[in-house]
Amino acid sequence: MTAMYSLVFVFLLVLIPLIGVGSAHLEFFFAVCVPTTAIIIFLAGFVYKIFQWTRSPVPFRIPTTGGQQQSLDWIKQNKWDNPSTGAQTFIRMLLEVFTFRSLFRNTKVDLNKGTGVLGYSSSKWLWMFAILFHYGFFIVAVRHMRLFTEPVPIIFEWLEFGDGILQLGVPRLYLSDLLLVTGISLLLIRRLWDSRVRYISLFTDYFPLLLILGVALSGIYMRYFAKVDVVAIKAVTMGMVTFSYANLPFEQIGASFYVHVFLVSTLLAYFPFSKLMHLGGVFLSPTRNMPNDTRIKHHENPWNPDIKPHSYEAYEKDFGPAMHEAGIPVVDPANRGEQA
Amino acid sequence: MAKMKPEELIQGLNYNPPSTPWMDLKADTSPGNWAYPGKPDIVSYLKDEGLPVANPREWVPSDEDWKLPPNWQDIIHQGFRERLDKYRSLKVFMDICVRCGACADKCHYFIGSGDPKNMPVLRAELMRSIYRKDFTLAGKIMSKLTGSRVMTEDVLKEWFIYFYQCTECRRCSLFCPYGIDTAEVTMMARELMHLVGLNINWIMEPVANCNRTGNHLGIQPQAFKDIMDFMVDDIEEVTGVRVKAPLNEPGHEILFITPSGDAFADPGIFTFMGYLILFHYLDLDYTWSTYASEGGNFGLFTSSETMKKLNAKMYAEANRLGCKWILGGECGHMWRVINQYMDTMNGDIQGPQMTTPVNPITGTVFKNAAATKMVHIAEFTADLIKHGKLKFDKSRNDHRRITFHDSCNPARAMGLLDEPREVIKACCNHFYEMPSNTIREMTYCCAGGSGLNTDEIMDIRLRGGMPRGKALAHVQEKHDVNTLSCVCAIDRATLIPLADYWAPGVEISGVHELVGNALILEGEQERTMDLRQEPLKGFEDEV
Repeated sequence: MTAMYSLVFVFLLVLIPLIGVGSAHLEFFFAVCVPTTAIIIFLAGFVYKIFQWTRSPVPFRIPTTGGQQQSLDWIKQNKWDNPSTGAQTFIRMLLEVFTFRSLFRNTKVDLNKGTGVLGYSSSKWLWMFAILFHYGFFIVAVRHMRLFTEPVPIIFEWLEFGDGILQLGVPRLYLSDLLLVTGISLLLIRRLWDSRVRYISLFTDYFPLLLILGVALSGIYMRYFAKVDVVAIKAVTMGMVTFSYANLPFEQIGASFYVHVFLVSTLLAYFPFSKLMHLGGVFLSPTRNMPNDTRIKHHENPWNPDIKPHSYEAYEKDFGPAMHEAGIPVVDPANRGEQA
Repeated sequence: MAKMKPEELIQGLNYNPPSTPWMDLKADTSPGNWAYPGKPDIVSYLKDEGLPVANPREWVPSDEDWKLPPNWQDIIHQGFRERLDKYRSLKVFMDICVRCGACADKCHYFIGSGDPKNMPVLRAELMRSIYRKDFTLAGKIMSKLTGSRVMTEDVLKEWFIYFYQCTECRRCSLFCPYGIDTAEVTMMARELMHLVGLNINWIMEPVANCNRTGNHLGIQPQAFKDIMDFMVDDIEEVTGVRVKAPLNEPGHEILFITPSGDAFADPGIFTFMGYLILFHYLDLDYTWSTYASEGGNFGLFTSSETMKKLNAKMYAEANRLGCKWILGGECGHMWRVINQYMDTMNGDIQGPQMTTPVNPITGTVFKNAAATKMVHIAEFTADLIKHGKLKFDKSRNDHRRITFHDSCNPARAMGLLDEPREVIKACCNHFYEMPSNTIREMTYCCAGGSGLNTDEIMDIRLRGGMPRGKALAHVQEKHDVNTLSCVCAIDRATLIPLADYWAPGVEISGVHELVGNALILEGEQERTMDLRQEPLKGFEDEV
């Protein structure tokens, strides 16, 4: 049901620019005003969210240790899963962010009720879907930078060349488009298919998936089917980023462009206030981004409260005479039956 | 439960969630689903000690009326806000979960119950749903779509049931792509519940005991001395050697602190004897303490303030007795506190006499304990073994076929994995590992951690013990394993019913019990029995 709501919502988002441009002729509004506002919301929101997180201190170092600690010299430390220095922690974070190392550990519990055997099988599907999607999306996003740069830096040219290396079709098929659509579709199917994941899924889980799928499909439609005028689009996008709004060639651009831009704008504006902020949050996760070193080095808790232990004097006051009788050393002479 | 056979339990398991959405399912508050609430006099005592507990009263969780303060919602809301400002972990973990479900089948309670609210993601959502309603704009205006809900008494009851059905073992956090740690969420939820007077006696009473008598079990100093004398007698009976047992003596180099559970009952006492034998063998310059006679810290399961107060005694006693460093015994959560909290919380009260620990026998500098000045006994013993300082007769453990249970906290909040294995392999001939998905950093909980080792929730414990129990039964069948060794005093209590239920015939032992058995003391008599006074292999007829 929540998945259906999300789908309807994304359809509504498609209709808005179609009507806005098709009937109301608000080209400038949808091609310039909306995306500019969305980019501002995205940047400001992202920074605000990170600022809001970092405003709270990290009182304790609580890394989840995934291997052997730094111990005696002859015991081999698992430096990447249980780092004890900043450099090792950096590697742990690199592996986490770029290879989804924790997700790669994933296993699946199999209970055979017939034999009573509880088994574990490797389950890398989620990892694979996530890798396909994230790298696909990343390449697509970076590739789009050529629309906002003039001259186009060589690195974007190379990326585009590599992405289209299969040289299939006209215009050439981008591999990243395939990765992105395949990855996001598999993630969506998994969310609907797996009864446990379906049970925990909210509207806010389906909506970004469908929205990103909408972004990808509208982009693909533009490029491969509507075959929009890329030169005209670049004139508009450059006009937007250079704030020179005169004589933008809106009339040469088809409606699919406005749909694509509106969906991307929605995604950008939604991003900082949603679970998509895991992009920023993963860098701030205290169980991953800290070395396991608080036995080695002092870590300061800025709000460490002033709390004293129940004192030894109070303890001996309670038990002193009995301690003395049992032959346990006592400090207070009175507890030894002596005059103070 | 006691009547339900393991096979029946397994047949009844269903990992597919029900059709009713989880927000519409009320928590089952019937007896057996909760541990007894804290006794009013104990809660009052802790309140008077300045700790953040509240509302001491008689109450029963199966009753409709939990006798909450009238403004309880406001108290929870303000407490939640305060913790969001104090803990980045909480803020980030509330915001970034994508509900990918990777954690779902990593929790021992979920595997043993199939209850969807035991999926770590959903356990955290119990709290996140309130967070979104109270602290996010989208949650305020679009409750339904964002999975937000108002804090009601039913929600609070759900918290009490499910946040006392999490052992803070952190297995889920290992698999989470963002490292979201349910233990952290549970700790925060428990802190909030303490503010309105929801607590359990199995945690409150040990905390109160520890504060006043020095240990969780409430053993008073003179009784502690009696227990030690009794153990010294038993050791003499087995070995013919009368070992030294220094207690509360000032002027020694090392202060030794271990959980009081090992002073109290089988089989922990045999580990306690193992320590006494080892230290006597080394002629170690050390002392025990009654004032600091607790390694464990149930404050970890209560609140950061309570944890700090109980933990501070370790340094206070080292200072009072003039010890240079502290040696810590086998315990699970104790080592999470020492490794991740102790120096941060109490480093400032370390006396100037304390120095980076050096093994007086081998000269090894424990650089990894430079700040806390506290060394784990497995590190200490492994170092002695590596330097050839311990003479063992391994055959004295030949009646034991051993496997090793990694306790959650040393595994996932420290990384003490190889040290205890080195010790076991040095003093035993028969050692077999359980399957790789159930040991080391992927170890399964005994299902009695975080203060849940109480008998009134035995059903929940035995269910949660299923993954560990099944792995144990596997090596029992395959390698004829008859001993489950561990470095945790709570394990030594909780694994017994677990093994009796899932792998009957397997006994539980500490690692230093095995050391005590194998260590050849100077001037000892021929040993015919182990520390349990059971016959060694080859002496079955003589004892």
